[in-house]
Amino acid sequence: MDGIVKTFGDTRALDGVDLAVPRGAVYGLLGPNGAGKTTSVRVLTTLLRPDAGTARIDGIDVAADPHAVRQRIGLTGQYAAVEERLTARENLGFVGRLFHLPRARVAARADELLERFDLADAADRVVKGFSGGMRRRLDIAMSLIAEPSVLFLDEPTTGLDPRSRLGMWDVIEELAADGTTVLLTTQYLEEADRLAEQIVVIDHGRVIAEGSPDELKQRIGGARLSVRIARPENQERAMSTLTPLCAGEVVSDDARTGFSAPIIAGDGVVPGVIRALDDAGVDVLDVEVRRPSLDDVFLVLTGRTTDAEEDAS
Amino acid sequence: MNRLRWLLHDSWVEAERHLRIIPRNVELLIFASIQPIMFLAIFVYVFGGSIVIPGFDNYDQFLMPGIFAQTLVFGSAFTGIGLADDLQKGLVDRLRSLPMSRSAVIVGRTISDLVRNLFTFVVMIVVALAIGFRFTGGAVDAIAATALLVLFSYALSWVQAVIGLSVSSVEAANSAGFIWMFPLTFVSSAFVDPSNMPGWLRPVADANPFTLVTNSARALYNGNPVGTDAWWALAWSIGIIVVFSTMAARRFSRSTAG
Repeated sequence: MDGIVKTFGDTRALDGVDLAVPRGAVYGLLGPNGAGKTTSVRVLTTLLRPDAGTARIDGIDVAADPHAVRQRIGLTGQYAAVEERLTARENLGFVGRLFHLPRARVAARADELLERFDLADAADRVVKGFSGGMRRRLDIAMSLIAEPSVLFLDEPTTGLDPRSRLGMWDVIEELAADGTTVLLTTQYLEEADRLAEQIVVIDHGRVIAEGSPDELKQRIGGARLSVRIARPENQERAMSTLTPLCAGEVVSDDARTGFSAPIIAGDGVVPGVIRALDDAGVDVLDVEVRRPSLDDVFLVLTGRTTDAEEDAS
Repeated sequence: MNRLRWLLHDSWVEAERHLRIIPRNVELLIFASIQPIMFLAIFVYVFGGSIVIPGFDNYDQFLMPGIFAQTLVFGSAFTGIGLADDLQKGLVDRLRSLPMSRSAVIVGRTISDLVRNLFTFVVMIVVALAIGFRFTGGAVDAIAATALLVLFSYALSWVQAVIGLSVSSVEAANSAGFIWMFPLTFVSSAFVDPSNMPGWLRPVADANPFTLVTNSARALYNGNPVGTDAWWALAWSIGIIVVFSTMAARRFSRSTAG
């Protein structure tokens, strides 16, 4: 994707997005609701024409030759796009035939995918009775019927219960291990962290950061130490004990029993802190070292949390 | 493969998707047949005794072609509802991302709805014959009359397709698809003689394409002279298909599941 712009009325949904995914890589497109993730996917899958810029799949321009692009992609949208009155096998069959694959090939590929996505037992049941997780798996299987060179997964776990979400993660990890090129969008930082080797953070239609999950986390520095004590009157003693052990300013909360400070993460910090506080006669309730999450990264990059954005939209 | 072969192949795959479902939903099929039979019975037994149509000894012979036409026209609403449903579920997005013929999604849908409509029609003819309706115009004319009715219903499927692709939900497609069919079918010659309507309404009924279609079918079923009505009915159907298929294709390429 090169300088892609897409406007809807007055809103610039995509405001010059550049994005390049190498073959065989799993990229995560991360951003809050309304950031432009789905619009990006819709441009790349020929569902929307960009107003400016070019997008190519396998070197083919999506605007110039959408038909050739459609032969090379698989799309799993935000809704499990399955025909719920047909069986799983029939769903795979009708999509395969719309790819103009020979019938025998469709049948063989359907068997293979049903097996792989753990749907073999349910293959000849009508999809209506399927769970959310089964529908999503079938949806992905349908996208893979013609062995696409790029698979687009638009929020593949939105609306799934935690167990199905974990199952879906396993499926995506397997795809990645097989060398399928995947572009997945998500608003769950945890999900991008776990699945994507490279994360592209987008907000208000622009790419605001790009890097591996570790690189992004490093941007906001190391770990933080949190300590909770029992009695507020020990506040000062606790702070003076903690200061030499930490890498920066020790901040206390309003209750005067909670403290946090940046530390150079390493072994032995926690026992050292507990010993020092104990020696100083401070009654420690809890000590925790928190490594930065992608939520922290997002907060640093955009100045707000993902949750706040969701509430606002 | 050339474009036409793609269109035919893909349309058939799409039609098959819908046709496979029909025998699995026996309930729907039963209720879809009960409604026209009920209409038939209500008009024949409730209004039949009170309505006299000049030129017809028997109201049944006048009425039944009207009911046939109305039933087929109402059946066209399935097209819009089905498309709105595909749209809402994200299936249209999936289909639009496939290397298939764009028009095939709607062509396949209208064809499967046509098959379903034909089934209802056959059920109705059987009931009509049992009640006492007779094709007095002969087999060729009866086939011609049926073809005209089916073609008109198929044309309206394309109108419904545009509606289904323009509204945002299945519920909206349902009401938007049915509401205009009441004036279309009742302000016409289907059930009564338009010459008894108020002066301002009569020209509306006379110009209504549904009147032309019903009049032609009625004349053919009863062995009466058809005149130019049949040609006008044919022209209307073809015109509607041309205009609305263009609109539907345009709508389809812009439609989204959002």
